[in-house]
Amino acid sequence: MHNVIQATILGLLTGGVYALMASGLTLVFGIMRVINVAQGALVILAAFLSYTLFGRFHLDPFLSILVVTPAIFVLGMAVQVVFIRSLRGAEGSELSLLITWALALGIEGVLSAIYTTTYHATLPSYADTSWDVLGYRLSMVRVLAFAASAAILLLLSVLLTKSRLGRSIRATVQNPTSARLLGVNSDRVSAIGFGIGASTAAAAGAVYGVLYPFNPGSHYDLISRLLSIVVLGGLGSVGGAVVAAMIMGVVQSIVAVEISPIWSAFSFFVVLLAVLLVRPQGLFGVRERIV
Amino acid sequence: MRRVPAARVGGGALVFALLAVFPFVVHAAWIVNIGVITVMYAGLASAWNLFSGTTGYISLGHAAFFGIGAYALAITFNHVSGGGGYTPFYVLPLIGLGTGVVSLPIAWIALRTRAITFAIVTLTLFFMAQQLAFNLRGITHGSQGVAAPLPSFSVSDFDRPFYLAMVGVLALAILSYAYIRSSKLGLMLLAVREDEEKARSVGIRTTGVKLIAFAISAGLTGMVGGVWAYYLTFVYPQYAFDPLILIGTVLMAFLGGKGTLWGPFLGALVLVPAQQYMLTRFGASELYLVGYSAVFVVILLFMPRGIVPSLSAGANLLRRPPSLPAEPDLGIEAKRAAS
Repeated sequence: MHNVIQATILGLLTGGVYALMASGLTLVFGIMRVINVAQGALVILAAFLSYTLFGRFHLDPFLSILVVTPAIFVLGMAVQVVFIRSLRGAEGSELSLLITWALALGIEGVLSAIYTTTYHATLPSYADTSWDVLGYRLSMVRVLAFAASAAILLLLSVLLTKSRLGRSIRATVQNPTSARLLGVNSDRVSAIGFGIGASTAAAAGAVYGVLYPFNPGSHYDLISRLLSIVVLGGLGSVGGAVVAAMIMGVVQSIVAVEISPIWSAFSFFVVLLAVLLVRPQGLFGVRERIV
Repeated sequence: MRRVPAARVGGGALVFALLAVFPFVVHAAWIVNIGVITVMYAGLASAWNLFSGTTGYISLGHAAFFGIGAYALAITFNHVSGGGGYTPFYVLPLIGLGTGVVSLPIAWIALRTRAITFAIVTLTLFFMAQQLAFNLRGITHGSQGVAAPLPSFSVSDFDRPFYLAMVGVLALAILSYAYIRSSKLGLMLLAVREDEEKARSVGIRTTGVKLIAFAISAGLTGMVGGVWAYYLTFVYPQYAFDPLILIGTVLMAFLGGKGTLWGPFLGALVLVPAQQYMLTRFGASELYLVGYSAVFVVILLFMPRGIVPSLSAGANLLRRPPSLPAEPDLGIEAKRAAS
């Protein structure tokens, strides 16, 4: 029992970071029906940026979020304007999926050329610090990573519910055509939305580098998990993505402890398939309309 | 069945005759090697086209069946002696059949979803298959890989049998596509692609026809994987279940024109030599990925419909006398009248 509770705590802490990455992915889908396969590559890009900032300028990886996130926000907006905007029509979704995959390959190639394919890790002085709470071990970096992710998610939800931009974004998610008729500038909302999606990857990536060793090829592992999370949660549902990320974190963590670490990634895929059998639209999704 | 014009049959036969003669004319091993890879991708893209081109469901999981076929061949000959010569080629139909059957329950789950969700779910299934190849150590030996039988062909023309086997599978894929397109199944698939709800409302068992197309497509993909495993003589999880093979295949089908008979083949013919060139030139630094992704982006942004549809649209423009107004689009008119 002790092991299971310990694993659950660890799983929730990890799930928080994935929730942040996945929230951006699913938000972008909600706004413009685009699945950004490069989300994982952006996480790794941010991890390398934060790694370099730490190595060169001794900037704390958690503080580096403040530098890395705006940079990747701008990159995300540029990507939307240059590559995604022109893809419209019935096949726009599929084409954008392929084009963002190409971007992921490009980012992987550039990172491999700069950093080689060896594994890196950002190790601040407190990397090995942990606390004992009621007999359960809490690693400091994991708690910090969870706290940072939760804070940014909270910020995102305030932005979405309280600001004018947030209202425009939510209107576009609910009904793009009506939103446009009511004066929402859909080009602007799409560009900013894509930037926000990329920023969640950036913030989570700066944190990711502290939690796990990573190399330029790690984005495949990430995107396979992120895609499962957003499909499980229901495409376009930010709340669903957060719940699904927590489920993933806990399931993987418990399977790793109770069965074997090599089955932990696989176990979540099984959960996903089981849910799809019963609810093809995911936990909180609406049925895909075919127009 | 519709009648197929004799000129088309003759043209197809000529293409395959040229393909088959190629390794008997050119002997340089490195060129035949590129030939093997080119025809391999042509086969993969044509097999992919058989499902995704006909139904409009973009599958991103097909590389899983490539890997399954590869492992099936290698593992079979670990338990059965007699590999080495041409025997592995003879069991390819069985491997295709087996892969097709295995794909059915997988496709049944994936086909509960549609459009972009289907693409994502199939991609997830691909990653699942890769995980299984790593984890089922009892069967696949995990990351140590499985040895396929050692081919006993002479060194001077080592690549030729593999090349011809790949051409054989490609021919099978092209023929199946041509046959399906002219059959009732093809019409039903077309109906599914254009409007699935209406197709169902006129009594087409949409899930059934999609499953048939998927299984044939997956089986052919598995056969290509089998030849590949025998060619490389060793199967590792990360190469048998390779995302680059997956995306390369889809890209070639898009470049040539998905939903056309020769498009995927043409796409492979253009892209694979370019890809192999970049791999030898920049492979060491992984910079080839950047070049690859640039080619990729250019194709998707400027030629999303593919070479064959663009060419035939161009040909239609040329054929029409410039003074006449463009033909009205009867499809849209009919729809308007109906609504």
